[in-house]
This record gives sequence, structure tokens and C-alpha cells, in this order.
Amino acid sequence: MASLSRESILNIFLTLAMVALPFVATAIDEPFYITLATRVAILGLAGVGLNLALGTGGLVSFGHAAFFGVGGYAAGILASHALNYTPIMESPFLIEGTNQMLIIWLVAIIASGIVAYLIGLLSLRTSGVYFIMITLAFAQMLYYFAISWPAYGGEDGLSIYVRNAFLGVNTLAPHGFYFICLGLLFGGIFLSATLKNSRFGAALQSARQNEERLSAVGVRPFNIKLTAFVISGMMTGLAGALFADLNRFVSPSMLSWHMSGEIMILVILGGVGRLYGPLAGAIIYILFEFIFGGMTEHWQFFLGLVLLGVVLFARGGVIGLIAGRARHD
Amino acid sequence: MSDLLTIENIEVFYGPSQALFGVDLKMGEGEVVALMGRNGMGKTTTIRTLCRMSKQKAGRIQFAGQDIGNLPSHKVAQLGVGLVPEGRRCFANLTVEENLLAAARGTEWTLARVYELFPRLEERQTQLANTLSGGEQQMLAIGRALMTNPKLLVLDEATEGLAPVIREEIWQAVRELKATGQSILIVDKTLAELLPIADHCVILERGRTAWAGTPDALTPELADRYLGV
Repeated sequence: MASLSRESILNIFLTLAMVALPFVATAIDEPFYITLATRVAILGLAGVGLNLALGTGGLVSFGHAAFFGVGGYAAGILASHALNYTPIMESPFLIEGTNQMLIIWLVAIIASGIVAYLIGLLSLRTSGVYFIMITLAFAQMLYYFAISWPAYGGEDGLSIYVRNAFLGVNTLAPHGFYFICLGLLFGGIFLSATLKNSRFGAALQSARQNEERLSAVGVRPFNIKLTAFVISGMMTGLAGALFADLNRFVSPSMLSWHMSGEIMILVILGGVGRLYGPLAGAIIYILFEFIFGGMTEHWQFFLGLVLLGVVLFARGGVIGLIAGRARHD
Repeated sequence: MSDLLTIENIEVFYGPSQALFGVDLKMGEGEVVALMGRNGMGKTTTIRTLCRMSKQKAGRIQFAGQDIGNLPSHKVAQLGVGLVPEGRRCFANLTVEENLLAAARGTEWTLARVYELFPRLEERQTQLANTLSGGEQQMLAIGRALMTNPKLLVLDEATEGLAPVIREEIWQAVRELKATGQSILIVDKTLAELLPIADHCVILERGRTAWAGTPDALTPELADRYLGV
């Protein structure tokens, strides 16, 4: 067996730490840590989604909050109808709300996939700074739409009074929900590893490097990038649905550009294009929020300093700092 | 013999400046055609136009019985034009194997067959393309084009700037490809190697086809007139 690279060892360590965390938190009687870790897992999943577009495909999307928010609203809308026993739509056919996470996830993934397809279709015609701006513009469009749509709370947002159900798991207990989120996070990481190592992944990385060369071997770069963008949006959308369930609340702020920035920051902190980068970034982000957020409301100042440090001195993010440059194995 | 490629009187501009003033080129299936001319006479532009990276203002391009004058690059590649671009140009941050797999299409050329043609690539299959030597990158670029199972392989200056030993390996590979019936359009400056392989020569001068014929008909005077420096 080949010896493990430092990055693999670090990845295994992060995996074990995430699995062990709730048990440690229970042992030291600090169940609140589990909620923090759930946030880490959910933001990590959103980051894994963005990382596929940003890291592997070089698509700097500044509008991933759109997918995060659409996923969140999918959960919120379905759940609120289920709790109020009102159908979402009566004609031409009846659609009822639901509190089943599996259905909610599916709806969140499909809805954010459709939104990503439409946004991607238009914005992938541009590149560079125009792509950044146009994705931002689409996300802001959805943000203002959510604010001005009174049916689902408008600016005040929408509450989910009881957390949705997942098979036999008690989702109200912190453990149960945490492991659901963690499972999905690792599912997302596994999916992006599989994609990255596939032929599709090779073509996507080629599209990032040189589109003309890629089309010279008979692959249309636009289709590859659009597919990656849609998958990326779907993962972030799923994370949004989980985030809504975690907070039992959805608001337009999930769609705002702050959210896009937050997801992007944690990807950059952890390491762009690195498999566990988003998770490492989410851990740092949440730790900062927890530690410095308790001292001052200006905790993002310190986060900014760290981000500056990473961008200037550690281009591979935290993963790059610890494990060295990306290796191909 | 049916024509695989017919280029008729194409004119191409880079912005306001005209590069091709009427290039004609015909080749049949299984033929090796040498596209020759001094620097700046339009060889690479002709190839770029064939691969749809430059658009012609006038003229016609037909490939395998189909007009490809308006198709986008990737469609032409899918129809079977396999380009080995000038200056190698592999995907630098992909491994040798990923470079090959990204291009794979069709069944005749497989990883194993490319490795058989270029054993050096097999030794380096997990290495990043930008860590390969120039000659190995060239082999990779040829292998990548072959993985698309092209009806027509286009080699643009495939041996330029390489060590003599490596050049010989690449010429050997080209000869092997010809023996299997592969159609090849080839641009190269080493006449001593090029002429014995070519079935047909086309010489460009100032963006026009100046001469076309068999290698035997290319007399030293003609070669000096059009190709000498």
C-alpha cells in the first residue's frame, strides 16, 4: 500500500474529529458544541458545493447564496404548509406541504438545480470579473424578490416551529440532526472526490486551464462548466435546506450577498480546490464566530485579518499550509 | 479516392489584417499531406481555420463530405479532426493519464494503445504534464489527439525545438500511424524527414496556395524558391 500523503492524514483526522465531537461534547456536558458543529457541517457542505465550481472549475461564483437560500426556502415553505395543514397549491392539482426531510431535500436539490441551470445558462457566457458580477446580480435579484414577497414572510422571514422528520431519527435531539448533516457533508465530499477523479473532472479542470484546447479535443467547455455549476448549486441548495432546519427559520438574509461572501470566505480559508478545504474553513469560521463573537460584535475584523494572512501568505489555505501543495495521486 | 478534406479558396483576417488570401488544399482518406511554406505564410492560420479557431471571411471547408465552415471547434473535433497544436500545449495541471482520458472518444484508440505507441508516456502516467520534458509533452499532445479517434490527425510543428533523438521517435510514430492508414495533415520544416512520408505537398506563400504536387515533383529549385531561407 502506498504511504498516505499528509493531506490524506489530515483529512482522516478531520473526519474522525467530526465524528467524535458530539461524544466529547456530551462527556464534558456542553451540548451547545454539537449545535456549533452542526453549523460547521452545514456550512462545510455549502462550501463543498461552491468548491466544485470555484476550485475545480475556476468559476468564481459570488452568487451561491441564491442556491443556499432557494434550498432554505424550499424547506421553509414545505414545512410551514405541513404545519398549518394548508396545501401549497390546489389547482390544477393538489400539492401538500411535508415535514419529511427526504422529500424536502429532494425538492431543495431540484429547485436549486433549476435556478443554477438558469443562472448558469446566462452567466457562463461571461468570464472573469463579469461572471462574478452577474452571479452576484442574480443572487441579489432573488434576495429582493424574497423581501418583497409577503406570502412567505417577506422581510421577516418564515419560521419552522418543529424541526422536520427524518425516518426514525429524533431530529430534535442535537445528536440525531448532527449526524444527518455530517452524513450529508461526507456524502458531498465523496461526490466531489468522485467527480474530480472522473473524466468529467479532468475535462472541468481542462476548461479552467484552457477552453480552446478543450474544444480542440471535441468537448464543449460550456456544457462541462454548466453541469459543474448545476451540481455545485444543488449541493449548496441542500445545505440551505439543512440550515433552515437547524435554525428553524428562513429569511431573505440566506439569499443576501453576505451569505455568498461567507461561503466563499470559508472555501478560501480552508483551501480552494482542496477536498477538505471547505470543512477546515467552516471549522475556523465557526470557531472565530464563537470565540471572538463572544468578546466583541466586531469579530469579523479578526476574521478579515486571518483572511488577509491566508491570501497573502498561504494561498493553499489552511489545508495547503499544513499539507503542502496539492498532489496528484 | 473520396476526398476527406477540401479547403477551397479560404480568406482569413486577424482583425483588419488579412492573413490568408485564398488557400486551397485537398486530401484523400489515408493520405499524408505536408503543408509547407516559410514562416508567416499562413500554415498555422490554415490549421486554425480548419479547427474553427479562426473564422474565414470567404471560401469553403469540407470535411468527410460535410461543410464545416460554420461549425464551432468542438463539433469539428467530434467529427474527427484531431489537432496537435503548435507548441505542444497539454493541460499543465493534469496528469498524463488525465490529459488522455479527458479527450477520450470512440473505441479504437485506448490508453493501452497510446502507451504502446509512446512507452515513455506509460512510465510517466501519474506525472503532471508540466513536469514532462518537451518531447514527452509532444508525445502527450499527439496521444491526446489520437484518443479522440480522429479521422484526420493534424500535426502543427510537432518536432520543432526537440532533441534529434526525440524527433526520431516522433517521426517513427508518425510512420507507424501512416502504416495503419491514418490520414495526417502535417506541418514541419525538416524536409528530409517530411518528404519521404508525404503523399502530397501543398506550399503556401503569402497566404495563398503557391504550389501543390507530389514530393517527387518538388525539385530542389522549387524547394529553394518557396522554402529556402
